Amino acid sequence: MTHYRPRFSRTERTLHWANAVGFFFLLATGLALYLPSLAVLIGRRQLIQLVHFYAGIAWIAVLATIVLLGDRRGILRTARELDEFDRDDLRWLIGRRPAPQGRFNAGQKLNSLLTAAFALLFLVSGLLLWFGERNTRYRFVSTVLLHDGLMYISLVLLAGHLYLAVIHPATRHSLRGITLGTVSDEWAARHHPKWTLE
Amino acid sequence: MTDIHAEPIAPRARRFGRGVFLGTVLTGVSSLYWGANVWSRVSSALAPLENAVPLIPTGGWRIYTISGSMPHFDPTTWRLEVGGEVAEPLSLDYHDLRSLPRVNQVSTFHCVTGWTVKNVHWGGVRIADVLALARPNAGAHALEFVSAEVPYIDYLTLEQSRLHDVMLAYEMDGVPLPREHGAPVRLVIPDMYGYKNVKWLKGINLVPVPKSGYWEQLGYDENAWVGHSNGYGI
Repeated sequence: MTHYRPRFSRTERTLHWANAVGFFFLLATGLALYLPSLAVLIGRRQLIQLVHFYAGIAWIAVLATIVLLGDRRGILRTARELDEFDRDDLRWLIGRRPAPQGRFNAGQKLNSLLTAAFALLFLVSGLLLWFGERNTRYRFVSTVLLHDGLMYISLVLLAGHLYLAVIHPATRHSLRGITLGTVSDEWAARHHPKWTLE
Repeated sequence: MTDIHAEPIAPRARRFGRGVFLGTVLTGVSSLYWGANVWSRVSSALAPLENAVPLIPTGGWRIYTISGSMPHFDPTTWRLEVGGEVAEPLSLDYHDLRSLPRVNQVSTFHCVTGWTVKNVHWGGVRIADVLALARPNAGAHALEFVSAEVPYIDYLTLEQSRLHDVMLAYEMDGVPLPREHGAPVRLVIPDMYGYKNVKWLKGINLVPVPKSGYWEQLGYDENAWVGHSNGYGI
């Protein structure tokens, strides 16, 4: 009989999936604005721009609301976990083994930190694009570059994330953690031994 | 129920996470000031590779439109009407346009929102060759460029329209001007931002003075010199 242990709280899972849905929606509407072939096919640039802009605002607002209405203390403790890198985490990052990992391995910590920073940068550059079109005070030569660059880097991170979460046999059990909330004790002990020690 | 946070914090743990987060945010925000410069150098260095394998799927272009759908070019009905303060109003069809003396040029296209496409190969006609047929009156000092994308319109002074690399382009990078770039013909004025480079041209009117074009009515500069207008370089 397999034993399962909770890995991600309801607040964490809601946050993750709200982020994912928002990202894909913004990616789709963003690409319709960005790729000439799609622009020809779809047209209606003003409308898509409007939808993209307000979806971006809603995305950030929803994430903030989930944190505020959810398990705030839990999220704070999670933030602290993501902040702390011990010697094993640093060894893990440069490929030294053994490097026993906690609930998040060092790569997951980096991915979470970058994803959060990117969300903020997407918001800032998106607001500057929107208001820069209306007022030269908010116009920078590099805003478009920043917004696009974030998109490209995010796609690389997302590809790695999806590979590890859905395809790679050794790690894809973690998908259970972010959907149902629990992972098997045996898998947890193998991949996140420091977390299961307690 | 097990507490998901039960993991003890290792005694020698360092708070690197906030550094990664803040460092990324600061790098991103500061790139508003250095991004374009650095990218221009990187893309020049990557140019040989980019020629072999297109790295950016768009070729660097972004397609901006102001209406619900792009104008459709029908060679049998399309006309370029040249009128206003002229002695000889013209109605050129596509064949007439292509029969005028052809010029080629390679120039850089700058958008006011910050993106740039280098080395665009244009083929088309000089405005002077069209005006030689229409013969502007003495009172004409500006040109009104009317797009088939209603209500897009913009203006140049006669003097600006005589700059050496201003043209009416019907070819881009060796092919007839694609629909999204303003088929069948667009204005090209490389020294000014893209919004002056009116796409889907259907009319040119000679007028006494330039007025405010579509974007200028929304606050953009009438003289859209690259690097010296719209809040840049001033």
